[in-house]
Amino acid sequence: MTAAAVDTAPAAVPTGLARGRGGGGPAPKRIVVAYGFWIFILSDMVMFSAMFAAYAVLYGNTAGGPTGAELFNIRNVFLETLCLLFSSYTCGLGALSAERRDPTRFLIFAALTFLLGTAFLVIEVTEFSGMVEKGAGPTRSAFLSAFFTLVGTHGVHVASGLIALIYLVAQVVVKGLHPAILRRLLCWSLFWHALDIVWVGVFTLVYLLRA
Amino acid sequence: MNSHEHVFDDRTPGVEEHESTASYLSYTVGLALAIVATAASFIVSQTDLLWPPGIPVGLIVLAFAQIGVHLVFFLHLGSGPDSTNNILALAFGVLIVFLVITGSVWIIANLNTNMTAVPMQ
Amino acid sequence: MLGKLTWEAIPFGEPLPIVSGAIVGLTILAVLGIVTVKGWWPYLWREWLTSVDHKRIGVMYVCLGLVMLLRGFSDAIMMRTQQAIAIGPSQGYLPPEHFDQVFSAHGTIMIFFVAMPLVVGLMNFVVPLQLGIRDVAFPVLNSVSLWLTATGALLINMSLVIGNFARTGWWAYPPLSELAFSPDVGVDYYLWSLQISGIGTLLTGINFVTTILKMRAPGMNYFRMPIFCWTALASSLLIVAAFPVLTATFVMLLLDRYLGMHFFTNDAGGSQMMYVNLFWAWGHPEVYILILPAFGIYSEVVATFSGKALFSYRSMVWATLGICVLSFMVWLHHFFTMGAGANVNAFFGIMSSIIAVPTGVKVFNWLFTMFRGRIVFTTPMLFAVGFIVTFVIGGLTGVLLAVPPVDFVLHNSAFLVAHFHNVIIGGVIFGALAGIHYWFPKAFGFTLDERLGHASFWCWLVGFYLAFTPLYVLGLMGMTRRLQHIADPSWRPLLLVAEAGAIVILCGILCQIAQIYVSIRTRERRLDLTGDPWDGRTLEWSTTSPPPAYNFAVLPRVETIDAFWHMKRTGQPAQQRAYEAIEMPRNSPAGFITAFFAVLMGFALIWHIWWMAILGFLAAIAVVLVAGWSVEREQEISAAEIAQMERAR
Repeated sequence: MTAAAVDTAPAAVPTGLARGRGGGGPAPKRIVVAYGFWIFILSDMVMFSAMFAAYAVLYGNTAGGPTGAELFNIRNVFLETLCLLFSSYTCGLGALSAERRDPTRFLIFAALTFLLGTAFLVIEVTEFSGMVEKGAGPTRSAFLSAFFTLVGTHGVHVASGLIALIYLVAQVVVKGLHPAILRRLLCWSLFWHALDIVWVGVFTLVYLLRA
Repeated sequence: MNSHEHVFDDRTPGVEEHESTASYLSYTVGLALAIVATAASFIVSQTDLLWPPGIPVGLIVLAFAQIGVHLVFFLHLGSGPDSTNNILALAFGVLIVFLVITGSVWIIANLNTNMTAVPMQ
Repeated sequence: MLGKLTWEAIPFGEPLPIVSGAIVGLTILAVLGIVTVKGWWPYLWREWLTSVDHKRIGVMYVCLGLVMLLRGFSDAIMMRTQQAIAIGPSQGYLPPEHFDQVFSAHGTIMIFFVAMPLVVGLMNFVVPLQLGIRDVAFPVLNSVSLWLTATGALLINMSLVIGNFARTGWWAYPPLSELAFSPDVGVDYYLWSLQISGIGTLLTGINFVTTILKMRAPGMNYFRMPIFCWTALASSLLIVAAFPVLTATFVMLLLDRYLGMHFFTNDAGGSQMMYVNLFWAWGHPEVYILILPAFGIYSEVVATFSGKALFSYRSMVWATLGICVLSFMVWLHHFFTMGAGANVNAFFGIMSSIIAVPTGVKVFNWLFTMFRGRIVFTTPMLFAVGFIVTFVIGGLTGVLLAVPPVDFVLHNSAFLVAHFHNVIIGGVIFGALAGIHYWFPKAFGFTLDERLGHASFWCWLVGFYLAFTPLYVLGLMGMTRRLQHIADPSWRPLLLVAEAGAIVILCGILCQIAQIYVSIRTRERRLDLTGDPWDGRTLEWSTTSPPPAYNFAVLPRVETIDAFWHMKRTGQPAQQRAYEAIEMPRNSPAGFITAFFAVLMGFALIWHIWWMAILGFLAAIAVVLVAGWSVEREQEISAAEIAQMERAR
């Protein structure tokens, strides 16, 4: 069958050439979808980089208000980091289980990923509300605006990811591990790993370098 | 499902297509390495283990290490017969991120120096 | 209940917006009425509004761009007229607070809702056909992109009659764009309109990068790809790289305005210079996003109408990629005068001069393509030749401006205005018009009337020079941009010439409207029966005009560059292999419905109608979730049906 993005190799095609590089015609859907999502992730990284740049430029503009060193709790940041790192691990294992068509294992790892991601968010929201109560909310100074926006945007991405995970788990439960759903799970895990990569940047540049 | 006899497919980040032990191993090794690098970051920043003026550089190196671990062990970048497109895309993304951040920091620092407000007399 | 929205938002006391709004509103109602009376809704819904076919989407983008050209051009004529009249004692007819909205709307509309849709529309229509494939990588997302762009256009037009538009210019620099100095809805219209359409554009970029890199006909390696696809790739890479920066910047300004943050405010440590820096970090790649596909169009047009292969295809490719990368290293030249030191200014000045080199390579390649060719001066070729002359002049003035000391004299003067119109009109608009003429028969099955095409070209060319050459002179004489009133009466003659030029361009636009009408009325005389009206070189000309939904019954095997030319020369039989069933994506209402809710959400956010904003947002998300639930999104066209359609060619 010849489709807009093929799922099987066409016959009698020049050997030794990768599909998608001009040899065999359009690449399979799985490759096309994953690559497109990879490009989206890179665009998201660029968006984060603009926010990192804003933070880098504004971190000293505390307008007489509190600085990062005064506000940041490094122990909590370490906990958050471990939560997210382990959730990346369980996400990877979940992806493996899905590839091997093992729905039960996949669901277990998905649940673990969800719990770890939620733990991350709980710690972060607690941190944010603590800061707001101290009068160090995002409207206090440019530094705080930049901090809350950069870290908050990452948090919004995590939250969206968790909501999307629930949605995808529902699809798996109702429809099983259909190829289209596998593709979506693949994209989801790309997204989740990318968020952990962004977090490495956040905790290094925002928390550790300033504390 | 896919017939691979005559053509092979581009690799793509996140796709892992080989034996189970190798894959579970890949994630676990990645996790271990990442934990080491992460812990090192926190230790470096919170203690005097590293010569203080070198802390920023050390942290950045460790950050790259952690990101590298993620890219190789979790996203499987670089493995597989043809991951050129993925790596090129990543390189392009890294270039843009670099230009935006360092460009902005350089420009604004320069502007701030040259355009520092003089208090009204 | 309705946030800030009251009856006072409608400018009953101001004739200009009310009358133009009424005219537009009545026109829209008339069109809707005709569609309803003639019973065309089911057809429109089925074949266009829910279509995920790249050809249909491309046509709709181009229509959007051309319609918005009328709005943007009306703003232009209003400004020209004001500047021709309001000299010395006269105050003209446009008070400052309106003139400011006019120039802001003009720039915003022309860049985001004319140039971008025209370029994206042509990319949409042509690229899959040239690559020898059936559709883009993500057809449903493609539809979403189109309708989100239309959402942005609708929101900006609503600002004409409900509330007001930004008075900040099309860049919306703080602190003027902050709440303290622009408390009304104008800047919010600007921000939400562009933020929403920006999502659409980013999705397009992702779509085309993926399509071009991962989906090409068998045998089409990178150096057998048509040059237009290379420029589409470079432009799409720039979209992916640059638009997120704009998104982030607008998020920060929106947070300042809505939640009282301090990214760019005067107080609490905000940095307005950071906005300028980030805005242009997007803004410069944006103009290359616009011009690169135009360069690709010219390459195709010049090669076809010189009857020769493009001269030095490889250097064209490297020049394109070089421009793509370099375009991200020059953005400070938009604010040399903001106060950076000599070293920073020098670096970016040198980079800005360097980027002229690959462009020069391209110009020489076009000239060498034409040299000893058999040139046919069709309308697209006229635009191409007009472009070469005009763009070179505009590019030279750009290199002048790239020298920081010169820029200190000419920054934000009429000279600058002339420069960028020179390159955008001479480059992007001429390119879009050339592309539209060139691929029109492929899309609709008949060519456009050539005489009116020629007439419109000459009007555009002469009109452009009349309108903008005086601005070069005026800029050197000290006139700044965006002047609502001209104090120096000695500028009057030049401003009158500029006004005349605008009127000549208006004639060009009227010729084009006439051309569309006449071409449709007399289409039987200019039917494209072979699918190859221009003796083309690339694969799109191997299909019928218009192509079937699946483009190619069997994906072509590509062995050379200019694949179709090669096929014609070696007498390859057309499509005699056995047909197989084809899976094509089903139509989807997701794009249109998401956009509907995006309009509601955007409007509500602008007017602080929070409950409506939340509902609109949730509804849009719900559409995404519902559309994303299905796993079978394709429909099959059987081999028998294909055989039948192919026999009917």
